[in-house]
Amino acid sequence: MSASNAQVDHARIAAAKQGSWRPLPLISNRNLRWGLNLAALTYIVLVYYSVDINWARVAQGMDRAINFVGSFFTPDFVTRGGEIAVGLRESLTMTFVATVIGIALAIPVGLGAARNIAPRPVYFFCRTIIALSRTFQEIIIAILFVAMFGFGPLAGVFTLAFATIGFMAKLLAEDIEDAQNEPLEAIRATGAGWLQWINYAVQPQVMPRLIGLSLYRLDINFRESAVIGIVGAGGIGATLNTSINRYDYDTSAAVLLIIIGIVLMSEYLSGYVRKWTA
Amino acid sequence: MTAPVWQRRTPARQYAIWLGWFLGVMLFLLCFKIISDNTIWEFLTDAHVQAASLIGRMVPPDWSITGSLMLPLWDTINIATVGTALGVLIAFPLAFLAARNTTPHPALRAFALGIIVSSRSINALIWAILLVTMIGPGLLAGMIAIALRSIGFVGKLLYEAIEEIQPTPVEAITSTGAGRMQVLAFSVLPQIMPAFAGITVYRWDINIRESTTLGLVGAGGIGLQMNAAINNLAWGQVATVFVLIFGTVIVSEWVSAKVRHAVI
Repeated sequence: MSASNAQVDHARIAAAKQGSWRPLPLISNRNLRWGLNLAALTYIVLVYYSVDINWARVAQGMDRAINFVGSFFTPDFVTRGGEIAVGLRESLTMTFVATVIGIALAIPVGLGAARNIAPRPVYFFCRTIIALSRTFQEIIIAILFVAMFGFGPLAGVFTLAFATIGFMAKLLAEDIEDAQNEPLEAIRATGAGWLQWINYAVQPQVMPRLIGLSLYRLDINFRESAVIGIVGAGGIGATLNTSINRYDYDTSAAVLLIIIGIVLMSEYLSGYVRKWTA
Repeated sequence: MTAPVWQRRTPARQYAIWLGWFLGVMLFLLCFKIISDNTIWEFLTDAHVQAASLIGRMVPPDWSITGSLMLPLWDTINIATVGTALGVLIAFPLAFLAARNTTPHPALRAFALGIIVSSRSINALIWAILLVTMIGPGLLAGMIAIALRSIGFVGKLLYEAIEEIQPTPVEAITSTGAGRMQVLAFSVLPQIMPAFAGITVYRWDINIRESTTLGLVGAGGIGLQMNAAINNLAWGQVATVFVLIFGTVIVSEWVSAKVRHAVI
């Protein structure tokens, strides 16, 4: 391997002296490079033959597509204003409550899933919770929770809180595993109890990132709350889904613009809060 | 006389923090009240019975349908892969327009950032609902939905990577008299290629998860079978679909972690 690489290097340098230079390839191993290209080509052929697309139907839909894009210039906030307001209020309250509950539950799970501070059995238990919560999309969890708790925003709160646990606990655990060991030893050497140890050695090291991640998750939960309404878990998703199914694109555009606006606002806000807490 | 006790914060700052917590708790309670008013609490009294019966009907999973799920699973992987490829194709030039150090004009930068934010704000499932009403149900709607959602994610991470490159190679190539495209190709591109590969594989991994649910709204893949099983209340079949999704996601996460480890 290394011998052939050296040969290639010599060939490159010789070619460069002749005046023809080429940049180094991204993947240095030649067989791997050609193997990947070949695999990609085979895959494209396979997909081409296994996906069948009804182009006539696609052409038919173009009128609607143009209508939809056009409706972004004439959004209608008023006709369904009442439904939009109710949906939006439900989405925002769901987002906030679910994020608070989710983070409160994610902290113990995250502590348990950090390899450097949790005993083995606890570690595996917490990692299982994280894997389960991260694998299944919010919408699948929402279907199950709607079946258990009935329609309404409470099922949505449980869904978003459950999804928040996996996300926050995983990142928190990784952050704790990256924490510096010296403060942990120092506080432990003073004879501190377990809670004191967590509070004075671990918490100060992970707090800034935890705040940043919480704000990010608030943002994600709001976006997700626009989706889980489709299966009856409350929020603005129900309004949006109804408007799309009625081809009432002006109202859909209004809802989408509101969502984009709120996400943009929260992005600016979280930038400020991060600067302020860091 | 007692010695003064050490305090971490000034009293004014301490009160401000307490006030902040107080307002936060009040907001939480208010929000919870709104939700509670919209909830039928009677449903909750038998929630544990419902949960137990749901799980009881899911276990054991109905393995007899596993064979018929293989084609939808292949479709799901195709939706994610082709969708990621399409999204990346569009996001790549967009990222160069959006990065402060490579954008040709500030107005173009604002335009590119607008597209990136819009794409990031809207879930793939919403794109899928829209596309199904436009171009009809099927794999194509799913692929385009995944692509539209991926543009924002890949575009944002990529333009941040472009903004963080070392300026010295750019200066060096520029000083040789290279044209604009040559500077991009030989000084910017080599610096962002590893990040680009990592971001793409990371998004592909997320897209595998997202494409499992697109079938719920008719956009193809294993979600169609899941939706049919849920509508038939065949929870044993639903459980089989769940197990398959879980397995696929674990494998894709492993692949993505391997590739990212190799390139970064």
